[in-house]
Amino acid sequence: MIFGAILAGGVGSRMKIADRPKQFLPLGEKPILIHTLEKFLLCTRFDKVYIGVHEKWVLHAKDIVKKHITDCDRVEIVEGGKDRNSTIMNIVNAIEQAYGENPDNIIVTHDAVRPFVSIRIIEENIDAAIKYGACDTVVAATDTIVRSDDGNLITEIPERRLMYQGQTPQSFNMSLLKKTYNDLTTEQKSILTDACKICVVKNVPVSLVNGDIANMKITTIEDYRVAEAMAGGDKRD
Amino acid sequence: MINSIYQLVSPHVFSVKYQQIDNDEKVIVRPEYMAICHADQRYYRGLRNPKDLAKKLPMALIHECAGTVIKDNSGTYSPGQKVVLIPNVPGDKLDGIYENYAPNSAFLSSGKDGFMRELVAINKDRVVAYENILPSTAAITEFVSVAVHSVSRLEKTSHTYRNDFVVFGDGSLSFVVTIVLKSVFPHAKITVVGMNPKKLDLFGFADYTYLANELPEEYCCDHAFECCGGEGSQSAISDIIAHIRPQGTIMLMGVSENPVPVFTRMVLEKGLTLIGSSRSGRADFEKAISLMTDKRIQTRLSSIIQEDDPVRSVKDIHRAFETDLTTPFKTVFRWCV
Repeated sequence: MIFGAILAGGVGSRMKIADRPKQFLPLGEKPILIHTLEKFLLCTRFDKVYIGVHEKWVLHAKDIVKKHITDCDRVEIVEGGKDRNSTIMNIVNAIEQAYGENPDNIIVTHDAVRPFVSIRIIEENIDAAIKYGACDTVVAATDTIVRSDDGNLITEIPERRLMYQGQTPQSFNMSLLKKTYNDLTTEQKSILTDACKICVVKNVPVSLVNGDIANMKITTIEDYRVAEAMAGGDKRD
Repeated sequence: MINSIYQLVSPHVFSVKYQQIDNDEKVIVRPEYMAICHADQRYYRGLRNPKDLAKKLPMALIHECAGTVIKDNSGTYSPGQKVVLIPNVPGDKLDGIYENYAPNSAFLSSGKDGFMRELVAINKDRVVAYENILPSTAAITEFVSVAVHSVSRLEKTSHTYRNDFVVFGDGSLSFVVTIVLKSVFPHAKITVVGMNPKKLDLFGFADYTYLANELPEEYCCDHAFECCGGEGSQSAISDIIAHIRPQGTIMLMGVSENPVPVFTRMVLEKGLTLIGSSRSGRADFEKAISLMTDKRIQTRLSSIIQEDDPVRSVKDIHRAFETDLTTPFKTVFRWCV
């Protein structure tokens, strides 16, 4: 089976204008989370789409899904964990409780605050996860990446053509992800910033899927303004 | 939800526009295969006059498209169902006036966004279901429906001597018109007249083929289809007028960018009828789908369809339009954006 996992566990907002986590802010006429969920639900290959939400916001998430989504039978909302990867593991556990463990299960994890994800990116994630076991969505770096270990002096300037910026979705064979995560030490878990790193630190190969600059993460007020401008296209049909 | 629309903003330049589609009354279709038409190519290459370009762009191209239904709240179509999309937007309903010529009608990819979109939200009467046809062939249904429309109009308006037809032109349009004529008038003799011997070779199912300069002087036909357009229009119309029998009907189907002189003295003397035929409506789409379920017709159509690699990005859109320039017939491609 193939599952979507939308990560909406954050509680904070760096936007200052908001009284709620950014995934619940409106973009046009709907919350950002709903736009992202709608794109996932369009992909008929998903058996279910799970949303991981902080416990304080579970009820609100259920309310808005009920309000905006007609086929909410394909949606499940679960409580998130203390960080990104524990939210993913909560979703994995919820899936396995409901459907049992299956070595062929695929999970496509995605940031709730990337509503411009395209069907092409989602489809290619599913295909790559089936073929390779794990994949990451990336765009080629356009800025030069500068590495500094002390935040004061440059340690290294890696060759730009080899650099990519990570986006989401990040997709996995679910059993592979679970086993690899459980094999990590607490210290290794604490340095993870994303799910693909679970595989990378354990030398599990992760393939690349072409992302899109438009698949932006709405994190700051500036991003939000850009997203509002992007989503406000005039109708011509 | 947020939809991506791939608009041509100026010749050779595409830009992605994002737009929310939240209309529960429309059918949501995921485009699967598209075909490039000469009209798209003229926009892409900037061959339309600058006034038209300024008026119509930015705009998504492509009006030939087969897709899969994602959602239809009306229940008319089920998710996963294969469909073709009708680009004609009907205008005022008037008895005796076809939907494609009605006042205030519109056309997607001519002033309104065509089908180069991630998803298409469209009225259910602009969707026609199909089965047992390859999606890459179904992509050219609109093109076939234009031939169906023209032949249907000839059936309704011409005199009933229908033994000899001539089709002028050796391109894709002539090819499908000849297929439709063969199907509607199986006992009639169809002659195809062209300029390119290699292209004419593909018309093996026509009764006769001639190079334009080798058409016998004594040749006569009851009715004619002009499928040349452009610079070829004038000589084709002129030759047709010379060879058609009195009171014949000439269906004009080729698009000209400039006015074309017509020898009206002979039109009057022979009492000819000239009918302009462009685009098509729902009835023509339904008939086209019905014709295309015939495996022999599918096989014939496949000889004028060249499938390019899938399109996943703006870069691939450019590649598909470049490929189209190098192939004599229809370029289709899988739409994966």
